[in-house]
Amino acid sequence: MPVIQYIDVCKKFAGSSRYAVDRVSAEIESGEFITILGSSGCGKTTLLKLTNRLYDPDSGKIIVEGEDISNVDPVELRRRLGYVIQQVGLFPHMTIKENITVIPSLMKWDKRRMDERADELLELVGLEPSEFRNRYPHQLSGGQQQRIGLARALVLDPDIMLLDEPFGAIDAITRLNLQNELMRIHGGLGKTFLFVTHDINEAFKLGNRVMVMNEGRLLQFDEPHEIVRHPADAFVQSLIASARSQERFWKGTV
Amino acid sequence: MIEYLRRHPEKVAGPLVEHIELVLITLAVSLAIASLLTLLAMRSGKVSDVLNNIFSVVYSIPSLALFALLIPVTGLGRTSAIIVLTLYNQYILLKSFTTGLREVDPVICEAAEGIGMTDMQILTKIRIPLARKAIFAGIRLAVVSTIGIGTIAASINAGGLGTLLFEGLRTINTPKILWGSVLSAGLALLLNRVLKMVENRL
Repeated sequence: MPVIQYIDVCKKFAGSSRYAVDRVSAEIESGEFITILGSSGCGKTTLLKLTNRLYDPDSGKIIVEGEDISNVDPVELRRRLGYVIQQVGLFPHMTIKENITVIPSLMKWDKRRMDERADELLELVGLEPSEFRNRYPHQLSGGQQQRIGLARALVLDPDIMLLDEPFGAIDAITRLNLQNELMRIHGGLGKTFLFVTHDINEAFKLGNRVMVMNEGRLLQFDEPHEIVRHPADAFVQSLIASARSQERFWKGTV
Repeated sequence: MIEYLRRHPEKVAGPLVEHIELVLITLAVSLAIASLLTLLAMRSGKVSDVLNNIFSVVYSIPSLALFALLIPVTGLGRTSAIIVLTLYNQYILLKSFTTGLREVDPVICEAAEGIGMTDMQILTKIRIPLARKAIFAGIRLAVVSTIGIGTIAASINAGGLGTLLFEGLRTINTPKILWGSVLSAGLALLLNRVLKMVENRL
């Protein structure tokens, strides 16, 4: 059974003439690493926010783990889905440990359990717990902050992670490291990842399948090499062509 | 002036204590009401606009006129004074509370919502702690303004430092006028200073 199903999902924002998400249908299997690729305004972020009910669709259905999410309390749903955003959004008045365990503390976990979980997650995202747990977000670099964002999203051990351009504002070298670590984390945890990006290289590197979106439509949803071999339409073709021309630049043949 | 204080210490201390009481009671009532109204205002922009408009109109009514308007309703005395002072405070408090709470970085609030905090939890755990400076600045302004307008409350027999001023003016008693003005101004300056220091520590 697919872990997430989008069935004819449509979303239009008030005051906009066209659909942000236009009749999107897709099925995602448990344990997949799905990347959602498209330029800004293509609807990829909207699709992600429809998944954890930050938005509700105008029509169509989204089924998560067998349940129509329109019947699930949004707060309960969001605690089942990890959520990471580009700007990270750490809470500046809380320490790193408090940031990671903010939801557990609202759920009245006992202190020992929260301390252990925070340390465990800091190690998982590659930060030394004793060095980082009592710092404040502003004392961390952008890359370190995003690692904390990831740890915070993982704290309740969700089966599904929603990642909205998490490395979009991070320099190229750190970004490469984070991509590799994210793949390691995905491989080790057996969770389903939905990862939004506008970077075709990132999308094809990370995703075992890639959703290509443009103007709200899902143009193609397939494995990277299939998309390269059989682009569904002219838009996908041009996307691949642009990536190829970049590649030629690096090989020095341009 | 010192001579007057030595001879009638109770005539200076009494109004001062009354004044401080008036300010404290007004502050407590104002904060309780402003907190409730802020909760309402945070729910919708429309409610927020309506409340702001109402209280900005009230705020623009001269205090003596508002005191006079209330006499037929709640009579002379402290209750009327507290009502008027509380009404004025609502404009200051509501404006600073809602502005402060709304100015919290939307990215932080979206992250809080996205990881599964309820609206109330976002308010109490994220917005209020991050807006604490603006909230406290509003309270400080309200205290200072209450001390000032509170002197006029003596005109409807609400007691306080205003009685010294009004009596002094009526009987042309300079020490009384001076004590009334020095103490009310001094109280305002002192509390402003102290609260500002607390605010900077936040």
